[in-house]
Amino acid sequence: MPSLIETRSLTAFYGDLQAVFGVDIRLDAGETIAVIGANGAGKSTLMRSIAGVIANRPEMILHRGEPIGALAAPDVVRRGIALVPEGRKLFPSLTVEENLQVGAYGRKVEGPWTLESIYGLFPILKERRRNPATALSGGQQQMVAIGRALMSNPEILLCDELSLGLAPVIIKDIYAAFSKIRATGAAIVIVEQDIAQALKVADRVYCMMEGRITLSGRPAELDRADIHAAYFGAETHELH
Amino acid sequence: MSFIDTLLQGVLLGGLYALFAAGLSLVFGIMRLVNLAHGDLIVLAAFLILLIVSTFGLDPFLAAVIAAPMMFGIGWLLQYHLLNRTLGKDILPPLLVTFGLSIVIQNGLLEGFTADSRRISAGALETASVNFGGISAGVMPLVTFASAVLVIVALNQLIYRTALGRAFRATSDDVVTASLMGIRPNAIFAIATGLAMMIVTVAALYLGTRANFDPTAGPARLIYAFEAVIIGGLGSLWGTLAGGIILGVAQTVGAAINPEWQILSGHIAFLLVLLFRPRGLFPRAVD
Amino acid sequence: MTTGFETMSNEIETPQGWRVETRTRLSGIFAVVSLMAVVALAAAPFLVSRGVVQDLFFILTMLALAQNWNLLAGYAGLISVGQQLFVGCGAYALFGLVILAGFDPIFAIPFAGLFAMVVAAPTAFFAFRLYGPYFAIGTWVIAEVGRLLFAQWKTLGGGTGTSMPREATKDMLGLSLLQDWFGMRSSAAADALAYWLALALAALTIGFVYKLLRSKQGLGLAAVRDNETAARALGVEARRLKTAIYLLTAFLTGIVGALIYLQKARISPDAAFSLTDWTAYVVFIVVIGGIGTIEGPILGVIVFFLLQNAFSSYGSWYLLALGALAIVTMLFAPRGLWGLISDRTGWELFPVRRLLKGGPHSRDDKGGPHG
Repeated sequence: MPSLIETRSLTAFYGDLQAVFGVDIRLDAGETIAVIGANGAGKSTLMRSIAGVIANRPEMILHRGEPIGALAAPDVVRRGIALVPEGRKLFPSLTVEENLQVGAYGRKVEGPWTLESIYGLFPILKERRRNPATALSGGQQQMVAIGRALMSNPEILLCDELSLGLAPVIIKDIYAAFSKIRATGAAIVIVEQDIAQALKVADRVYCMMEGRITLSGRPAELDRADIHAAYFGAETHELH
Repeated sequence: MSFIDTLLQGVLLGGLYALFAAGLSLVFGIMRLVNLAHGDLIVLAAFLILLIVSTFGLDPFLAAVIAAPMMFGIGWLLQYHLLNRTLGKDILPPLLVTFGLSIVIQNGLLEGFTADSRRISAGALETASVNFGGISAGVMPLVTFASAVLVIVALNQLIYRTALGRAFRATSDDVVTASLMGIRPNAIFAIATGLAMMIVTVAALYLGTRANFDPTAGPARLIYAFEAVIIGGLGSLWGTLAGGIILGVAQTVGAAINPEWQILSGHIAFLLVLLFRPRGLFPRAVD
Repeated sequence: MTTGFETMSNEIETPQGWRVETRTRLSGIFAVVSLMAVVALAAAPFLVSRGVVQDLFFILTMLALAQNWNLLAGYAGLISVGQQLFVGCGAYALFGLVILAGFDPIFAIPFAGLFAMVVAAPTAFFAFRLYGPYFAIGTWVIAEVGRLLFAQWKTLGGGTGTSMPREATKDMLGLSLLQDWFGMRSSAAADALAYWLALALAALTIGFVYKLLRSKQGLGLAAVRDNETAARALGVEARRLKTAIYLLTAFLTGIVGALIYLQKARISPDAAFSLTDWTAYVVFIVVIGGIGTIEGPILGVIVFFLLQNAFSSYGSWYLLALGALAIVTMLFAPRGLWGLISDRTGWELFPVRRLLKGGPHSRDDKGGPHG
């Protein structure tokens, strides 16, 4: 049985620069995987490739065994793959509720996620539903961004740098919601710079450096020093 | 009394200019595209209505109802297959392509319909008028103005109350993120231009029934539409109506002083607004 | 006109034998060829018929207009569709100065240019308040205002216009000289005079644009066009530079307008402020030839003249085809005919790019590059 998502020697460009060099990752049903790596390791480019923002060769990305590398973002969403983009990217002209509603624009399917259940997940959003999305705090905006992606009831949720720029206590709140999301059966890919957070929530971890996968495995099986080496590059951090 | 009369005529004329402008405003708001062929498309729609009226002997209002979906189709195709290719950071391609399009439409109409002035007959409605305590107003100008208000109310409902409207605003904010929502920006742009062409059909109906028009009448309509948008302030449809009214009043007052000054007075009102309120009178007003 | 534009080549430090070059070998040859072409063109009134001279006059004036519009739209990013304002103002200034103030027509021409430039100052003030694409329509509205105002000027014929009195052009500056020296008839001499002025103007305009683009200011202009925010951050005063370009092109466009209507000898507001004649055709020439290059408008004007001669009798169909051709070019060959040619051949007749030539090991081949 084919994996939910599989990349095969994926190469991708960030603008004119090649940012991903031959990456193979795999995501199985119900699984949560984490992609960790420093700034510029190619993590976001990898996410944007899967989500269809960056076009690739068809066979480089497989969804249930079917090539989707060349599909555009609207078609990828329709297959049940939703991205929470880095930097949240809420629509400033839309209210909180409208931002959530627009998340279901391309894929309207019966599923666990409706406006009501998202308000159940993040109650604060219900109070602020009529506010312009950009009037919210960073943490609340991140909740809107997650809720917006969930509105399409995705089988696969891609989360790019959720904790970027947020206070630790807020990051904890946001990750607390993840158990509920996982309970619906969705498979999740999280991209993180925060190694501890990633190891805590993920079933498996991939570490990227300079556009390549440098390490992968289950959190329990991974050695701290190996992760550091894979994350920062071996020669500079053998001291740790 | 005569001054109030002039003023009323001006306000009602403003309704027509708001109809010219609403489509331009919609398209600019969603995709930052300024269509230099907008006026020629109004004239094209007027000829289309005329053709339907004269071929099938229909009432012009009914003809406009038939023409509107056809114009939607023309707008959709135009945007999807031609104008979408020009969108991007550089403002030169859309301007030059629509400028070329303006010339193509004008000369196509000249070939198809000759340079003769035409008029769409609205029958008894043309001369009908109503009286408000001594001031009389033509029924057609009143209907025009009411249509403008109706079009703006309907557009605002669409933009602020429907899923399509949310998609319009989301796409206008951020094309890439909108595509992550499953929105196809190219299709959204095509629908927006199609809608603009339906408004253009309404404008064309009144353009054609209240005065003569010919294939070269487009550029002046574009200019009036543009002036109404800038006077009103970008981004507000009610502002566009206000801009149309100011332009209409300036023109009728100018014409009352000296018939040769009609158009010039409108331009001068526009320049005065640009001088004192460069962002227009109602920039991003509450819609 | 204003400050001389400093050339850049000798200001750049050339470490390790690199040198910045803007000339190519081809451009050197081309410079000689074009000098010969100008001399040959100057001799045209003695060699070819009056009809041909008039055709060449048309080509040269359109070329001068096209180079000006190209400088505005292709280099300064100012897409004006209101250049007819300056043609009209220049032309009307000429008629006003000759008919009302008794100026010699030739003497009046530079003043016509100045008048156009004076008109351009408030025009810039208004139009520059409008964002990108709306700037285009704004310039058009102001051109319309110009047309409507001149239609109100009853002493110059109002809306119907007026003719240049024969006496005024009969003994215009230099005309008797031509008649005496070359035994030309008065009408032929007038044509030749206008033609030489057009030739000088076209050559000077090209020379000026070329020099401007090779200067420091030209580099700033490219920066402004590519990214205004970045250019401002780099300290280029984008707005001032754009205003200066706008005023200068108005001056030159006004002079061309005066020259064209000196030759036509009959003016009316609708003709002198015609969008089709003075902007649409010019846009076509630049787009077909290749916007943002000096070679483009030259190529474009020749194509335009050939099309005009072959097909203009088809009237609306011809114009329709021109519009369609411009659209197709913009979509599929946005750099025009010259873009296609230079992509294939690598030719650059007016090199304005800076090329890095040589390198460290051309001087010291043992050392190799240092860290």
